[in-house]
Amino acid sequence: MKPLLDVRGLVTDIGAVRVVDGVSFHVAAGETYALLGESGCGKSMTALSIMRLLPDGGRVTSGAVDLDGQDVLALPEREMRRVRGGRMAMIFQEPMLALNPVIRVGEQIIEAVALHQNLAGQAGRDAARDLLDAVGVPDAARRLDTYPFELSGGLRQRMMIAMALAGQPKLLIADEPTTALDVTIQAQVLEVLRRLRVERQMGMLLITHDLGVVAENADRVGVMYAGELLEEGTRESFFAAPQHPYSRMLFEALPRAGDGGRLTVIPGQVPKPDSELKGCRFAPRCPHAVVRCREESPDWQTVDGQRVRCHLAGQLPARLPREIVANAVSTQAMQPLLQVDGLKVYFPVRRGLLQRTVDQLRAVDGVSLDIQAGRTLALVGESGCGKTTVGKALLRLTEPTAGRIVLAGETITAKNAPVLRRRAQMVFQDPFSSLNPRMRVADILLEGMDALGVGAAHQRRDAVARLLGQVGLPDDAGGRYPHAFSGGQRQRIAIARVLAVSPRLVICDEPTSALDVSVQAQILNLLKDLQNELGLAYLFITHNLGVVEYLAHEVAVMYLGRIVEHGAVADVLHAPRHPYTQALVSAVPRIESHVGEGISRLAGDQPSPLNPPSGCHFNPRCPHAGELCRQTYPDRTDLANGHWVRCHWVAGRI
Amino acid sequence: MKFIPEPLWTDWLIFALLAAALALVWVIRRQEHLLAPWRRVAQRPMAAGAALVLGTFVVIGLFDSLHYRERLPESPADRPQYSVEVLSVFDALVRDLRTQQEKTYSAPLAMQLYAKEFIERDNGTVRDYPRLRYGGAHLARADERLPDIAWRSLTGLTWGLVASLFLLGLLACWQSRRMHTSLGTWLGNWGGGRLDWPGRTVVFIVSLILVVSCVLVQLASGYHVFGTDKVGQDVLYISLKSIRTGLVIGTLTTLVTLPLAIGLGIAAGYFRGWVDDVIQYVYTVLNSIPGVLLIAAAVLIVQVYIESNPERFDTAAVRADIRLLALCLIMGVTSWTGLARLLRGESLKLRTLDYVEAARAFGVSHARIISRHILPNVFHLVLIAIVLDFSGLVLAEAVLSYVGVGVDPATYSWGNMINGARLELAREPVVWWQLGAAFAFMFALVLAANLFADGVRDAFDPRLEGRR
Amino acid sequence: MLAYILRRLLYAIPILIGVNLLTFTLFFVVNTPDDMARLQLGVKHVTPEAIGRWKAEHGYDKPLLLNAEAKGAAQFTDTIFFKHSAAMFAFEFGKGDDGRDIASEIHARMGPSLAIALPVFVIGLMVNITFALLMVFFRSTYLDIWGVVLCVVLMSISGLFYIIAGQYFIAKLWNLLPISGFAGGIDGLRFVLLPVLVSVVAGLGSGARWYRTIFLEEIGKDYVRTARAKGLSEIRVLFRHVLKNGMIPILTGAVVVLPLLFMGSLITESFFGIPGLGSYTIDAIQAQDFAVVRAMVFLGSFLYIVGLILTDISYSWVDPRVRLQ
Repeated sequence: MKPLLDVRGLVTDIGAVRVVDGVSFHVAAGETYALLGESGCGKSMTALSIMRLLPDGGRVTSGAVDLDGQDVLALPEREMRRVRGGRMAMIFQEPMLALNPVIRVGEQIIEAVALHQNLAGQAGRDAARDLLDAVGVPDAARRLDTYPFELSGGLRQRMMIAMALAGQPKLLIADEPTTALDVTIQAQVLEVLRRLRVERQMGMLLITHDLGVVAENADRVGVMYAGELLEEGTRESFFAAPQHPYSRMLFEALPRAGDGGRLTVIPGQVPKPDSELKGCRFAPRCPHAVVRCREESPDWQTVDGQRVRCHLAGQLPARLPREIVANAVSTQAMQPLLQVDGLKVYFPVRRGLLQRTVDQLRAVDGVSLDIQAGRTLALVGESGCGKTTVGKALLRLTEPTAGRIVLAGETITAKNAPVLRRRAQMVFQDPFSSLNPRMRVADILLEGMDALGVGAAHQRRDAVARLLGQVGLPDDAGGRYPHAFSGGQRQRIAIARVLAVSPRLVICDEPTSALDVSVQAQILNLLKDLQNELGLAYLFITHNLGVVEYLAHEVAVMYLGRIVEHGAVADVLHAPRHPYTQALVSAVPRIESHVGEGISRLAGDQPSPLNPPSGCHFNPRCPHAGELCRQTYPDRTDLANGHWVRCHWVAGRI
Repeated sequence: MKFIPEPLWTDWLIFALLAAALALVWVIRRQEHLLAPWRRVAQRPMAAGAALVLGTFVVIGLFDSLHYRERLPESPADRPQYSVEVLSVFDALVRDLRTQQEKTYSAPLAMQLYAKEFIERDNGTVRDYPRLRYGGAHLARADERLPDIAWRSLTGLTWGLVASLFLLGLLACWQSRRMHTSLGTWLGNWGGGRLDWPGRTVVFIVSLILVVSCVLVQLASGYHVFGTDKVGQDVLYISLKSIRTGLVIGTLTTLVTLPLAIGLGIAAGYFRGWVDDVIQYVYTVLNSIPGVLLIAAAVLIVQVYIESNPERFDTAAVRADIRLLALCLIMGVTSWTGLARLLRGESLKLRTLDYVEAARAFGVSHARIISRHILPNVFHLVLIAIVLDFSGLVLAEAVLSYVGVGVDPATYSWGNMINGARLELAREPVVWWQLGAAFAFMFALVLAANLFADGVRDAFDPRLEGRR
Repeated sequence: MLAYILRRLLYAIPILIGVNLLTFTLFFVVNTPDDMARLQLGVKHVTPEAIGRWKAEHGYDKPLLLNAEAKGAAQFTDTIFFKHSAAMFAFEFGKGDDGRDIASEIHARMGPSLAIALPVFVIGLMVNITFALLMVFFRSTYLDIWGVVLCVVLMSISGLFYIIAGQYFIAKLWNLLPISGFAGGIDGLRFVLLPVLVSVVAGLGSGARWYRTIFLEEIGKDYVRTARAKGLSEIRVLFRHVLKNGMIPILTGAVVVLPLLFMGSLITESFFGIPGLGSYTIDAIQAQDFAVVRAMVFLGSFLYIVGLILTDISYSWVDPRVRLQ
């Protein structure tokens, strides 16, 4: 049977840079083909080439793209417009940016309906409403008249999907459709996509960097690296035995449940797209590379039903078990390093003629936690739950409204802030915005020491060299500027900057979420080593449960400004008790395929902290909510081992 | 001593500015990341060519900023007395242009006056166009004029081309030696546009400047190239003298705005709260007053001050200079708001960035955060504003002078030239050369500045990357 | 929304007071009535009597802020500040040096000013947007590149040149339109045409280039790609999606100058002999008529602030993100 989409030898240039180099694959009707790869590998450009939507300066140099046997690259632009949005449609990563902010979503959908189905007026509107029903938008008729900014992230992405469906496409290209969304919302959106594909027998090209998403959604997988496809196969065989060293290392670099071992690290960086490439593109980073790999570009071969481009395919050693390093256990007395009691951060909401404070936005609403020296507490929650605000309030980067913070036995007030700043520091999420582009690395490292008067002035230069070595950067890094470094290296600089003042507590605010998997592993290993060497305590703020399991000792789950469950990692993540934690854990796409398992899917969105629901904040989304839940906020219910939850339902079942 | 230096206020400032610019160049040359955007500017043919033209104007302006007074010839050596006339090195260089004054209007390259007069001729008085005292005075007959002009132009052209070729040869030798290639290879690369800098444009513009100046020199030695004005002064001379005024207005005004705009803009954005409220209030008030009126009011006040304190300004040149400086000051005070608002917005954004938060987490002081984190990261905006404002200010001078609140009427400026000449358009035949020269010079300067500004903006503004 | 507008209105009051105090300081404190008199009467050989007489004639013979000789409230009201500065809040501007009532002059001259400024504004906006959209449509082709070069050339030419060249060629040489003057009614059309044409051309370069930048910024955004992915034609993408977003900064930037149109343009009116507020102002500056200049400063600020408020309103009108939040 002829495939729905057949891409052969696609080569795309943007300016003088070759971003896609000879990519071939096909997608059958009703099938999901996943293009997997790290940022900059050319997977999005492949999709845009197929849609012929390349940015200015980009063009397809050679290759063919057949849709239903018709070469779309040869079509005149006029006819291509009918294919685009008609026979194939595309959804994008960031639904807030991808929707026109000043046009009602209904009009934007009707525009597509009118174009491809020739339905105008009321008929168009009815068709649009049906589409919204199909993608599971509640209250569809009313939602047609809203603007994108009035919708939540999940709803916006559903609107995008509805718009893509308007032309009844046979092929749907989804470019990282859930990357910008929270896990529970991601689960909802992926569910919608799966259902639609089955109902409409669409072919789907799913572009993602997330192995978990691939595992749960794809039928076949293609792995891209530096503009080329390296490996291709069915999901089952790919996940059972990836053949390319790169694919294997991707798996091993991924922090996963229940392993305390070190992560495999892919050394080096993804090559820059404009660099000169010879031989196998992965060879410079490949531990198995032989001379031939550097000279000669490998051809496709088939190993166990998998197609792979590697000279050593089939000859690679079996996968090694991970090196086990037990998470360091503090030998000190259980005197906590950090104690936080009743931390509140309210932001005033001003309205009216005189801008009086009419309300409070309760970003953090009574959080208590403590961390022992040398241990890691993970603070987990979806975006907007207030976890980052907790971190900033602890360092007084945001002034807390109420609460007591005791650090190493000293109560922190506005007056003794310097004490706080020497003992606690922060690593930020985005290494591109956390380093001043106009300062040399050495000056960045010196800044904290100078400001806090750490060590004698003449020793600080030596300290810089020592710090650079400690985080695994070359000695000459100090004289360079941040732009000379990649994301992972920048994050190392940020860590070195923190270490410069020898803090005892480091608050890590999603330090790896802006990084690719292979680089993330490097940073996580580094953090773990530093903890073992220096006895650092971490407050690890994240939404990535895999990372939590790898790094943390204890975990606290936040929902709308409050901690709803707290306990040892093993207890909370493997036997979650709070319905929210349960939903969160089950929403994470996992490599160990569990399609068809009974999963608890959350409906709806996280409410606004400005107007939290009465009683238990979680009650509108909770499958077990009862009358009590709607009236009072639950008290703490202690379980074993310091594991506790705030839930009436759990309390009632003990 | 034959002369005594007489630096005017604006001279001091101009040379201070030059020193600052040179210091900045020195700093930038040593820092790769600061140098990189300038490299991008230099790689753009339009910007590089415009910079050369601007450079020519600047050199003329600098020569015109070295002022002195000559010793009166009859004054005794032990108690020298100096002329009240303040001259500049530029005046000395073009002495003939300055001193060869006719009676009144004459057309470009003419040998006769513009108006008929009664003149004595061999037998009695006739009404005819009198010959000029200097323009074409070397010609015996009127029909020799055109061949002479053509010949002079050709000579100038030849000289210009020879000089250009010579320079190109020097450049080729130097570059080929530096890059260890043969002369021919380098020239081939140059001609094929395969250099990493816009070699062809640079050579073309330099040749153009050389040819034009050689032709002008050749012609000006025998004629008034752009004619003469009402009192018979050479229009080319006036136009060249006006360059300095334009440059002073374009640069010193910005110099005044910078501390205000940078200080207040960053303070408002960084500190927010009541500081922001106060600064915003101040600039909304200033902004709401129509600019011309505010300038007019202030200039009138300065005028009153100068006229009621004549003892403090002994020469006409000093008086005119003070008025020029005052104009820059006033325009500066009224025009800082735009840049301040821009910097406020940018600081608001920057202060929330993680690297500022990180600095705060270390307890770094506000002054240090501003000087190390905010200021360097808004500097490109300041630079873009400087170059973009320059041309607007040069154009504004003409308008203000027309309104009567511009530079002193005794100052040479394109605005004054236009103002003085526009009524003459009603004459028959039309006296157009004064206007034409003023507009042409102004256009050359402003166009060069605009093209250069475009290049700078494209190279420095990260948002415009990859776009023209 | 209403509270928002009300708040902006309240905010306007301190600004007007600030403008008033600033002009008072400039015109009466830094530059005293004595100076004004001297400037008017000629600096040299002025007797104190003549100054006193001039001040009395113009009502400047009162104390600045506090009249110690008067009784009660008159201590404050019988002062220069109250009579000449505070009175402006009631739009009482007094008389100019030529003895005419400034308020009625303003009233009479607004019409002619508007007759030039409004067409310039509307036509200019349309021409600039059209030109910018054309360049954006043909972006990264030679048409666009030369369009930008043309814009830079146009904006490098002094505004005075457009006027003088326009008057010389169109009016004097070719005799197509009158060189200057003004008339009311339909008859006035032929007087209006030339100044409008000249002003529109003079503003084309900078305007079109600025709008082009705005549209280009919009066209690089993700929603444009979405619109294309729907299969919309480039024209439709440009006119429906890009234009709608690009008009937000353009309209709000234009609205702020809308009330200022009443003030007219100084240079255009003066060159073309339009009896509007622009030429009134320029005459006042040249005649050093401080009363008129003061009045125009106040009027200009007032209209600017009205423009600011209109901008806020128009923002919420065109941008649903502002309207609904």
